[in-house]
Amino acid sequence: MSFFKRFAQNRGALVGLVILGLVVLLAICAPFLYPDSPWRMVQRPFLAPGEVAGFPLGTDTMGRDVAAGLAHGAWVSLLIGLISTVVALAIGVPLGALAGYFGGRIDDALMRFTEFFQTIPNFALAIVLVAIMEPTTFSIVLAIAIVSWPPVARLVRGEFLSIKHREYVEAARLVGQTHRDIIIKQILPNTMSPVIVLASLMVATAILLESSLSFLGLGDPDTMSWGYMIGAARTVMRQAWWLSVIPGVAILLTVLALNLVGEGLDDALNPQLARAR
Amino acid sequence: MPYVSLILSRIGKAVIVLLAILVFNFFLIHAAPGDPAAVMAGEAGATDQQFLEDLRERFGLDQSLPVQLWRYMSGVVQLDFGYSYRRQMPVLDLILARLPATLLLTGAAFVISLTFGIIAGTLAAMRAKRPSGSIIMGLSLLFYATPLYWVAMMAVLVFSVMLDWLPAYGYSTVGAGYTGLTHVGDVAMHLILPALTLGLFFMAVYTRMTRTSMLSISQQDFVKTARAKGLAPGVIQRRHILRNALLPIITLAGLQAGQMVGGAVLTETVFAWPGIGRLMYESLMQRDYNLLLGIFFFCALLVILFNMFTDVIYRLADPRIKQSAA
Amino acid sequence: MSEPLRHSDGPLLRVERLSLALPEGADRLYAVDNVSYDLSASEILCIVGESGSGKSMTANAIMGLLPTGVHASNGRALFDGQDLLTMNEISHRALRGRRIGMIFQEPMTALNPLMRVGEQIAEVFEAHGLLTARARKEKALALLEEVRLPNPQAALRAYPFELSGGQRQRVMIAMALALEPELLIADEPTTALDVTTQAQILHLVKDLQQRHGMAVMFITHDFGVVAEIADRVCVMREGKIVEMGSAREVLDNPQHDYTRALIEAIPGDAVPPSRSETQEKPLLSVKGLDKVYRSSGGWFQPKREVVALDAIDFTLDKGETLGVVGESGSGKSTLGRCIVGLNTPDNGEIRLNGIDLRALAGRELREHRRRIQMVFQDPYASLNPRIRVGMAIAQGPIANGVTKAEAMQQARDLLATVGLDASAAERYPHEFSGGQRQRIGIARALALNPELIVADEAVSALDVSIQAQVLKLLDDLKQELDLSLLFITHDLRVAAQICDRLIVMQKGKIVEHGSARQIFLSPQHPYTCELLAAIPGRAPHAAPAEVAAGAV
Repeated sequence: MSFFKRFAQNRGALVGLVILGLVVLLAICAPFLYPDSPWRMVQRPFLAPGEVAGFPLGTDTMGRDVAAGLAHGAWVSLLIGLISTVVALAIGVPLGALAGYFGGRIDDALMRFTEFFQTIPNFALAIVLVAIMEPTTFSIVLAIAIVSWPPVARLVRGEFLSIKHREYVEAARLVGQTHRDIIIKQILPNTMSPVIVLASLMVATAILLESSLSFLGLGDPDTMSWGYMIGAARTVMRQAWWLSVIPGVAILLTVLALNLVGEGLDDALNPQLARAR
Repeated sequence: MPYVSLILSRIGKAVIVLLAILVFNFFLIHAAPGDPAAVMAGEAGATDQQFLEDLRERFGLDQSLPVQLWRYMSGVVQLDFGYSYRRQMPVLDLILARLPATLLLTGAAFVISLTFGIIAGTLAAMRAKRPSGSIIMGLSLLFYATPLYWVAMMAVLVFSVMLDWLPAYGYSTVGAGYTGLTHVGDVAMHLILPALTLGLFFMAVYTRMTRTSMLSISQQDFVKTARAKGLAPGVIQRRHILRNALLPIITLAGLQAGQMVGGAVLTETVFAWPGIGRLMYESLMQRDYNLLLGIFFFCALLVILFNMFTDVIYRLADPRIKQSAA
Repeated sequence: MSEPLRHSDGPLLRVERLSLALPEGADRLYAVDNVSYDLSASEILCIVGESGSGKSMTANAIMGLLPTGVHASNGRALFDGQDLLTMNEISHRALRGRRIGMIFQEPMTALNPLMRVGEQIAEVFEAHGLLTARARKEKALALLEEVRLPNPQAALRAYPFELSGGQRQRVMIAMALALEPELLIADEPTTALDVTTQAQILHLVKDLQQRHGMAVMFITHDFGVVAEIADRVCVMREGKIVEMGSAREVLDNPQHDYTRALIEAIPGDAVPPSRSETQEKPLLSVKGLDKVYRSSGGWFQPKREVVALDAIDFTLDKGETLGVVGESGSGKSTLGRCIVGLNTPDNGEIRLNGIDLRALAGRELREHRRRIQMVFQDPYASLNPRIRVGMAIAQGPIANGVTKAEAMQQARDLLATVGLDASAAERYPHEFSGGQRQRIGIARALALNPELIVADEAVSALDVSIQAQVLKLLDDLKQELDLSLLFITHDLRVAAQICDRLIVMQKGKIVEHGSARQIFLSPQHPYTCELLAAIPGRAPHAAPAEVAAGAV
């Protein structure tokens, strides 16, 4: 059965894919649907959803269109989620590969390094980094990448450690393949499956991290993010519950979709007969 | 005593990590854009030139970096974490005042999440093919995907604002003057929502892990042996499968420690729970970086203690691990 | 303990026209197709077959331990008159462990790693609500003594990881026999054990069977085991029974072609033919090879030393097949790996054509190293699953400067040489069977035109009938391409097939060496005698000697 067929067998994954598709669509269409900045005040504040035509999700404490905020926020979340994951992979995969393959002191050094990061509470570190570097999209992406790379490195290291001793790698050594070739051509292709699954889950975590940072007021002040919207709505929960519920549901659906897709990828890339799911 | 060497080596490692964090803290202050003195003074003294000069002199900011680092480190060893200008108190005192509340919150959340997570995961594994199993897994996926602070806010909205069942904010009812048992009860009431909220995410994590672990262990050979002996299914689940499945959960609990402390920051912020998490948020708002970094250090300390604890439990549970430094 | 009363006469176990259907998508419809056999008390029935024959499936069905997706579509399995397949779970559970016991193949994973051995044995009594806690402990101790475990008192409190494979298998047997079942099912219990340990366990099973009057169903792939202990034999192939009868009849006079092929493939009685002495100069000369594995202790942990190789000296002539025989821990694999260059010895010299390989470095070393290549043991792990077969063979020459096109052509030629179609070059390893993959591994080893091939248990993971084919291929290639072969194996029967000379290793030392025929006909060293005597099914002999340090 091909990869796509196996993926399609998991209904949850399909649902996730659809939701994800909608979110991406929303993000891409944002500049067309809501060409003005979402920071612009366009109506009376505290409009309930659907109260006034043209504002299906109402307005917030300053009279800004919630729907516009939602659309632009989609763009921000996806962008930051994706880029920080890519950066974390760019750091983690090579480090993990080298540590797992060469072992010895390089491995020791890396292990100490990841232990250090493991001990520091991720979120607290992200807060500290962003606070001190001043919140901008760049610093947020960097902070998230810095707290996210250790699990990648650990995973890749583990895979390399176990595959390094497989007979086909030993055979490659015997026929004289260089270390570089063995790492890239022999071992790396066999580690891609778990890394891809991990990457999809990392995007979800990155989105949660970014929204948490924005919630606390550490978001980029120029970007309207879902987390910020919830944070701003905290003090007015009694009057305008929808201001906190709607962006929250958006985050929930996006992260849920990513998790479902991740599980689907896991099933499709690692088919095992009679595996209880 | 076989555990002495283990604890010694663990403490040794912990000290190294803490030292590294101190160095890291130090360089962070100096890496921040702008003048370190201004960073340290925060909002309070950023505009007062004389004040900044005093600061520089007092903290030797005009001296070379290594010397400053040394002064900082020796200060910490003497338990001097610096001074919070905003609140006019030593950082250490501020933190110690709030630490117990955070310990209470994270402790409660840890116990709740682990207990219910394992129970739910076991149920989900035993009913893997049935709808009830799927429902449990579906719910846990939902809780896993939901942002913690949002759940907190929804909890406040529903249970406090709308239903008025539980208090929304704070540690205890202000001004009521409860003592003794009533005080304990009052705190407990205030603890319920925050602890449940913080625990919910991790409950989902443990549920999923327990289920996976149990399903994979049930495929192993020794379970087949147990069946061949004629043991009842309940006994097999408990004594053979669960006991072995718990090992990776203990490891996971240790790894999650860092996440939980981070989650405490968000939870305490929403519920106005007076712990170091909320203190961190306040110091952020007030740009009180000395305090911020001090809290960061203590967060790491908490995680280390947590990890040591779970590590010892793991070694007790698994006879295969030799009782020596590793 | 009171004997459970029999409810009916006739054979204890009767399987009638049993068919077990596999789930959709499997490579055939039935795991077991219309199979019938009987088993009476005090009788040992051996069910023989290769992998995929379905030999374990009927046993699983009898115990109610079928894997998910497999179910009985037809037939009955009558135990003492009652049909096991239609029985309700509670009654079936009452039988398991009590009247029917089972032991499995893999002793290393068959025990709960977190429970003490004594507790696991006591559990059998607990499962059926028998005896008090103290009485259970006493019975457990008695059982450990009966299965001849060394130091039973200590074993009682030990965790499984503290015991060896053979010892764990004895614990399994103790558990299975605890309630004195009438039927014992043994599913390949000795396959994962060393040959000397295997001999001890076989003897133990036979002994216990006679003492308790049990019926034993012994599942195996090894006809040697049949010759050793079976009263009756049942040969299975692809889910069907192809031959059944008394052991004597089937061994002396096999009716079916398949049975004949199995018996003749690797005969237990084989003695190597006498081969002419080659007068060539030695191709490979090894002197004083040492290797010690040291595990560095932690702060408070003692260092551990394992001597893998101890002063190894031998020569290999050009065009010769030298067999290296030993059990696990003998150092034979380490020796092979040192010669090939995957491990580095601590001391000694390895001379190829007179040149000491250990004195070389860099490009020169690579030049010489490529003259020694290896064929690995596990056909499922020796080929990269993501690389096409042709490329896997071509990678060696390409890494050594040959152009891709030329290397690929060479690969196709090599595939033909080892008996596969040239079109195989475009396919992935998972599309081939174990024997075919091993051929590909051989082709890969040949790609660099080596002078010496080290075969590290190259046929151990293959079915018996395939083993014979691959051995023949190696022999033919040796003649054709003027190769020399260093053949590492634990199985003397296989060594007898193709080796000219043998060296026997034990715990890192060479204990005996000589021509293969000489060693088989007049072994000198006691360990060699023990190895030969342990070959299952060889001429009838007395109980195998227990190894000096106690039963393993």
